[in-house]
Amino acid sequence: MTSRVYIGGAAGFAGDRTDAAGPLVEALAQADGRRFLMFETLAERTLALSQLERRRDPSRGYNPALDRFITPILARCLEEQIRIVGNFGAANPKAAALRIQTIAREQGLRPPRIAVVEGDDLSGVLGAQELAARETGGAILRGASDIVAANVYLGAQPIAEALDRGADIVVTGRVVDSALALGPLAHAFGWRWDDWDRLAAGTLAGHLLECGAQITGGYFADPGVKDVPGLAEVGYPLAEIDANGAIVIGKPDGTGGRVDRQTVIEQILYEIHDPEAYLVPDVVLDLSNVTVEELGHNRVRIIGARGHPAPETLKATVCVDAGVLGEVEISYAGPNAAARARLAAEIIRDRLGKRAPDFKFRIDAVGVTSILTDDDGALRGTWGTASDVRLRFAARGAKPEDVRILLDEVEALYCAGPAGGAGVRRHVTPRLASASCLIERRFARSSVSMIEAPA
Amino acid sequence: MRRVKLHDIVNARAGDKGNRLNLAVVCRDPSDYAAVASALTAECVAQIFAARKPSKIVRYDLPKLAAFNFVLDDVLEGGVNSSLGLDGHGKSLSFLLLDAEIEIAGSK
Repeated sequence: MTSRVYIGGAAGFAGDRTDAAGPLVEALAQADGRRFLMFETLAERTLALSQLERRRDPSRGYNPALDRFITPILARCLEEQIRIVGNFGAANPKAAALRIQTIAREQGLRPPRIAVVEGDDLSGVLGAQELAARETGGAILRGASDIVAANVYLGAQPIAEALDRGADIVVTGRVVDSALALGPLAHAFGWRWDDWDRLAAGTLAGHLLECGAQITGGYFADPGVKDVPGLAEVGYPLAEIDANGAIVIGKPDGTGGRVDRQTVIEQILYEIHDPEAYLVPDVVLDLSNVTVEELGHNRVRIIGARGHPAPETLKATVCVDAGVLGEVEISYAGPNAAARARLAAEIIRDRLGKRAPDFKFRIDAVGVTSILTDDDGALRGTWGTASDVRLRFAARGAKPEDVRILLDEVEALYCAGPAGGAGVRRHVTPRLASASCLIERRFARSSVSMIEAPA
Repeated sequence: MRRVKLHDIVNARAGDKGNRLNLAVVCRDPSDYAAVASALTAECVAQIFAARKPSKIVRYDLPKLAAFNFVLDDVLEGGVNSSLGLDGHGKSLSFLLLDAEIEIAGSK
């Protein structure tokens, strides 16, 4: 019987550091037990962007950083039997698996056994209207016809099955993030799929690992208030879980960061709504009885997760085209900068008010107020005496031409606006909107297939 | 009673799901939990976020963690889907909360 399972949380989003896994792999290599490395790289919109990529090139559509995540650690993981679980398959897990085979071959390694988890893609399963009828908490899909991506969140069972079948590496598309840890735990300990408290504990372990450094000092440091030593080389989390679901979170020796009561509790509640009912496909996690205990040396024990039977329905994320975001910026600096910036903003308001009275846009003054205010600028107080102000204007449109008037008007301030207007930058960015739907379980047809090494 | 800035006694972390924001609030010193619980009500947070016009605010209490979870609906201007602001996720909004002051019992 395996007494301990070790899981490293090597990535928390698609753009996360690709050198974070190295120290985790070295720490896992020293650990005595079953060892896994998980990569969570799939935020809500990331999958839709991958779907667009796949439409352009059917051999792509997986995480574009896959090579950089896998290349540095593949040899050590295969050598040390550290098994890798990642949702970096995005919209094309098979292609990601083939790419990993190629990387292994190029490095002269033995062909890894790679399992692919599919069945999350709902295109061809549910149409736009059927999805719209299942949308919760909004009406983004009402009347939408062009669905960019529709994916249901799969749970941990196909991941556990892939590991049961001997996979060295499990590549998935959309699975609930925490399943990347629960799958290995259920596989290693043989947890039953109605052992709700243990499934809840495994889900909590995954929840604590799924954002990488957010539990080891990242998204936490506040100098003089919440100091984090060595944040520049912050270590990513390493979890040690026993067969009863007790979790110890730590980090690799020699890395920066900190793990204590404060960093852990912030992450326990990250993106949680009702703490007694955190719904994932495998279980409903109840955090109300969870306690944390500092063990010293950047180690914290977390126990007390309780589980309730899995929800009847599954969540799906559906992305639709949402037009464009237009942004344009200009700077004013030195004496009287705030007054000149304010004049520039008034000129734009005045000119657009006359020429496009229905056109809505937002103005921020970076260096005065830009972040905590809302679209109507309700928090905007005085302009003060800031001596370095960057004005930012933003508007949305169905197509690039719809926002051009704003971008052109601001650029024209170069010659026709207040003195010293500088550094205009203009951007038009395509946008995706994502909606949440609740889907009956019968529409999620998960499958596990082993990718054989090419001859 | 004493007046304290939240930044001096609690930690906060913002998370988003669509147009909904959650703010985890953790007492730096667990012995402050009861005092913060009576002062930092959902109504109090509604006032701090008045400019964001929340449609609903719920506070969940986690006494074993000396923490609270506030869930604020419709404060992200549509969230990453449609906000024109720089921070569509609302990641900076924990510091809007931390800038506020509350009256708590005790005389530390």
